[in-house]
Amino acid sequence: MNARPVIELRGIVTRFGASVVHDGLDLSVQRGEVVALVGGSGSGKTTLLRHIIGLTRPAAGEVSVFGAPLFSGSVREQRTRRRRFGVLFQHGALFSAMNVAENIGFPLRELRLATEAEIANLVALKLAMVELAPSTALLMPAELSGGMVKRVALARALALEPELLLLDEPTAGLDPDRSMAFVELVLSLQRQLGLTVVLVTHDVDTLAALATKIAILSDRRIVSCVSLEETMELDHPFVESFFRKPFGLRAGVRSGGAR
Amino acid sequence: MRSPEIATDPATPPGARSVVRLQGDWTLRALANRLRSFREQLAGRRDDVAWSLNGISRLDSFGAALMWHAWGKRWPESIEIPDDLRAVIGRVAASAESPLPGVPRFNVVDAVIVLGSMLLSFRDHALDFTRLLGQLCLDLAYLLRHPAEWPLREISANVYKAGFKAMPVAALVGFLIGVVMSYLSALQLRAFGADIFIVNILGLGIIRELGPVLVSVLVAGRSGSAMTAQLGVMRVTEEIDALSAMGISRTIRLVLPKVIALTLAMPLLVLWTSSVALLGGMLSAWLQLDLGMAFFIERLPQVVPLANVVIGFAKGAVFGLMIALVACHFGLRVSPNTESLSANTTASVVSSITVVILIDAVFAIATRSIGVPR
Repeated sequence: MNARPVIELRGIVTRFGASVVHDGLDLSVQRGEVVALVGGSGSGKTTLLRHIIGLTRPAAGEVSVFGAPLFSGSVREQRTRRRRFGVLFQHGALFSAMNVAENIGFPLRELRLATEAEIANLVALKLAMVELAPSTALLMPAELSGGMVKRVALARALALEPELLLLDEPTAGLDPDRSMAFVELVLSLQRQLGLTVVLVTHDVDTLAALATKIAILSDRRIVSCVSLEETMELDHPFVESFFRKPFGLRAGVRSGGAR
Repeated sequence: MRSPEIATDPATPPGARSVVRLQGDWTLRALANRLRSFREQLAGRRDDVAWSLNGISRLDSFGAALMWHAWGKRWPESIEIPDDLRAVIGRVAASAESPLPGVPRFNVVDAVIVLGSMLLSFRDHALDFTRLLGQLCLDLAYLLRHPAEWPLREISANVYKAGFKAMPVAALVGFLIGVVMSYLSALQLRAFGADIFIVNILGLGIIRELGPVLVSVLVAGRSGSAMTAQLGVMRVTEEIDALSAMGISRTIRLVLPKVIALTLAMPLLVLWTSSVALLGGMLSAWLQLDLGMAFFIERLPQVVPLANVVIGFAKGAVFGLMIALVACHFGLRVSPNTESLSANTTASVVSSITVVILIDAVFAIATRSIGVPR
């Protein structure tokens, strides 16, 4: 079972009306990998992530997670499969009617397995894992800053001990310091818990720090899925504009500042 | 995935501790099916046996929390455990040491605080409402000086949405209420042989009182809530801020058209609903009391002075004005979260219906000597 990829996408076709977003797309993610999905705006990165979560279904092709098609088996099996991955939505998607502790404890409470004492204990643990003070537990989502919302959402995604973590724009809307701190947090959790991570991002710093592999979504397919060093070698217009230009710009700014 | 097991070795020398070995994956997913029996087997014999955790292949924080709580938050006296697992359980133990702050209990002081903040928030509402009203008056004055800037398209769109589209449901409700009123009164009137007075009862009751109030309740539920929700969502998505940033007045663009449109549309809706209600009453009277429709129509203007129609119209306009004002007031108070949106929408509908009934009482007292034949 370990040899089989955690996520396997085969021949994915997605259409929105007349426009084809994905056309025969293939991707596989092995256990323990951190794969960053990159691509231009409107190239269907988030749609692909939603296919993996099972929020949308492709027009053709198959999404397999943990070695079985996402929608196979009984309702119970599908639900169990879904609980094996945690999702961090772009804007956190915290339930605004509940405070932080209730948000994190919610999936556990819904499972009806753990006792209240265990839940309180686990919530405290997850809060400590995402490096938030215990006093934040009673705050409401509306009272949190952007970075804290992401951390609480991450803690909630980790509540059910997932093996696979899906992150949609994990650092969007955070300033560079905070986004670096968040990236380090995700990285340390990934090492600590042995997670497989798939993330969608626009931020070169984020993916350089996090990703072991970079999947480039372009021309309705995954054109390459290799490490950052190998990606930089590629001769592809997207690599040119996405990786080299910003680096070049930044280098220019830095040298300009040094002078 | 290896399923979790609890194996007990018999005590080799009698009297010594027997060894309990935990094996397999102690993860949330693996444990889910047999959780209760595991909890029982772990609890109650913490210090009686020797624990061996060497056979555990995976342990997540859920499994660790399960053990720690079953052991009563203390390490057993005799335990054999690899260092990495000890660290996992140790983390859980550490967070159990520093529990989260609990929600404090509600006491007398809190009750006083709640009462006080309710009074203060009522004051806030009153001030905000006055401010909105004042702003609208200023806007009207501004628009009178700059007639080219009247938001006519918005007004007409709102008349269509809140007025025209409400006509079918208003007609249905009005018709049924007319039938019911006529039917009930007919039963009583016939007992006294006063059949003919059904025209007075229906005419005065519907035109003066029931029509306007009925339409107000309908419109408050239908259009008032929609206005609050629309403004609220626009606040959540920062659209209102975007308007302000473009130098467009949010009151002229969003609030004023709704208020004017509802003030104009409500009297017409009242007229429409009252007519349909009278039609229902007339039909019912014809069937129930054998009172001819022509007679009903002929008698109506004789027993119901025209002043009542004017009062109904005036009520409609004032109610419409108040519903729109209350709806916009609450819509602009929404803060960016779902809870606030639903709370404000509910408050908007409840308040506007309450306000309408209050004003109706004021109308009843102020117009008690007008239009009622003695």
